[in-house]
Amino acid sequence: MIGPFDFALALGDDALVAAQRLAEWTTRAPEMEEDIALANIALDQLGAARLLLSYAGELEGAGRDEDALAFLRDDREFRNCLLVELPNGDFAVTMAKLLFLAAYQLPLYTALAGCADERLAAIGAKARKESAYHLDHASTWVRRLGDGTEESHRRMQAAVDQVWPYVHELFAPDPAAPVDPATLRADFDARVAAVLDEATLTRPESGWAPAGGRDGVHTEHLSFLLAEMQVLHRAHPGARW
Amino acid sequence: MYGNDFSAEDAPGGGLLGEVEAAEAALREAAARGRRGGAPGPDEDLEAYFTEVVDADQKIEPRDWMPEAYRKTLIRQIAQHAHSEIIGMQPEGNWISRAPSLKRKAILLAKVQDEAGHGLYLYAAAETLGISRDELVELLLNGRQKYSSIFNYPTLTWADVGAIGWLVDGAAIVNQVPLCRCSYGPYARAMIRVCKEESFHQRQGYEILHTLAHGTGEQKAMAQDALDRWWYPSLAMFGPPDTDSTHSAQSMAWKIKRFSNDELRQRFVDMCVQQAEILGLTIPDPELRWNESRQAYDFTQPDYDELMRVIKGQGPCNRQRMEHRRRAHADGAWVREAAAAYAAKRVEQKEKVAA
Repeated sequence: MIGPFDFALALGDDALVAAQRLAEWTTRAPEMEEDIALANIALDQLGAARLLLSYAGELEGAGRDEDALAFLRDDREFRNCLLVELPNGDFAVTMAKLLFLAAYQLPLYTALAGCADERLAAIGAKARKESAYHLDHASTWVRRLGDGTEESHRRMQAAVDQVWPYVHELFAPDPAAPVDPATLRADFDARVAAVLDEATLTRPESGWAPAGGRDGVHTEHLSFLLAEMQVLHRAHPGARW
Repeated sequence: MYGNDFSAEDAPGGGLLGEVEAAEAALREAAARGRRGGAPGPDEDLEAYFTEVVDADQKIEPRDWMPEAYRKTLIRQIAQHAHSEIIGMQPEGNWISRAPSLKRKAILLAKVQDEAGHGLYLYAAAETLGISRDELVELLLNGRQKYSSIFNYPTLTWADVGAIGWLVDGAAIVNQVPLCRCSYGPYARAMIRVCKEESFHQRQGYEILHTLAHGTGEQKAMAQDALDRWWYPSLAMFGPPDTDSTHSAQSMAWKIKRFSNDELRQRFVDMCVQQAEILGLTIPDPELRWNESRQAYDFTQPDYDELMRVIKGQGPCNRQRMEHRRRAHADGAWVREAAAAYAAKRVEQKEKVAA
């Protein structure tokens, strides 16, 4: 059971780590237009992260702002889901990650927009429009790659197989949270199934459901991601930028 | 929209932005007054008409006849400008993952994204001259067309991101503001849009340096070090001295170019001196001093031999930048092929339905 601080922190960390990964694509995307699109999505995630982390800092009341939370916590203190910290892999893996993340964030932010906490409601109302675009973008690419060439089909199916186990963690029940993630599962499943069907892809049957991100027990990847993200900020304690 | 959240008082670029707006007004005014007697008749001398339009400070448009050399010069110049935007994403992109605050990360990410947008916009302008973007990208990847040599220098610290914004974008704007009045319409219009965005970038870069220069001792040293490394390469961005410049005279006559390399370089130096004073940083030139009779600053010229070496491929990062671009292009090939195959299948399905 988690309170509003942990809830805002978890969502903020999801968005921040997703932004950090998506931004790694800058100058590397398969098309110039896609470079711009991925940067756009990274900027949306970063914007949501800043709002959520700022609010988490206020709820905590210990004087930590968005930067203190982003740059001065270690990986064991991060509360993001494992899905977002997984390496980008090839473009298919990135699109599988984005599809699942957006299909989770869209119903989540939509539900948040109607919750009792006014600040979270405002953040949800803003972010859900962005998530709808992210979902649309990822769906388009998953369909193209799934139903494109033989190679792209093979890569897209492999990506779905690789990333799918990490979606279960997103929906672990938490009845006390402002939005109980378990209530979002049906919406997620319906959206994802429709896209995968059209893309001629199959959803893997797998009992493996890695988790631990919400408790600060991450994959080996997160520590490297944070080491890079935090290096400059930490090298100059107390400096303004 | 981002980046208006700091004071405008110290910020540079105001005067240049004014010039962009004046060029935009002139463009509108020229369009409103229409061209001499409309399009030329079938019996008219096309070359004479072209010269008349250029002399009257009006715009050549894609449908117009133009000398082949004019077309080629423009394709080369616009393409190299587009390539520079695309390659120029790399040195700054190098710091996105390590930006020292979330706000700076957002600003930098948006800036690098703007560069990609400028690249696309410029490729589209070049395409109006009868060449495809794919062909131009190929010319970049096989090394037959160049990009601005400044991007062959490394970004070693966060302050380099500030220095690129202030100096490199500043030099680019000084170069590009006159291009807002270029005789070729699509290029002139592209430049107006690009210059407006670049002036925001320049302010952001300046603001990064301003914060560093007024921060801790280490931050100030970082800012000075960046200025020390980027000053002369930025001066070299204006190209070789007028005595050695090969393309200038013809481009001047065609009103593609309106000021000489040395005139623009002087304008840039004069602009930077006061800004460096406000920053509290020292331009690394002991010969820099006001010349009362010229009403301009005397300064040390950049090392043009170094510029030639970097243009020829021997800068610190030439190989790295090209390798990075080639790899992104090659790694993305299967994705582009998939998109094309998917689109072809959709067309096929539509045709089946229609039949």
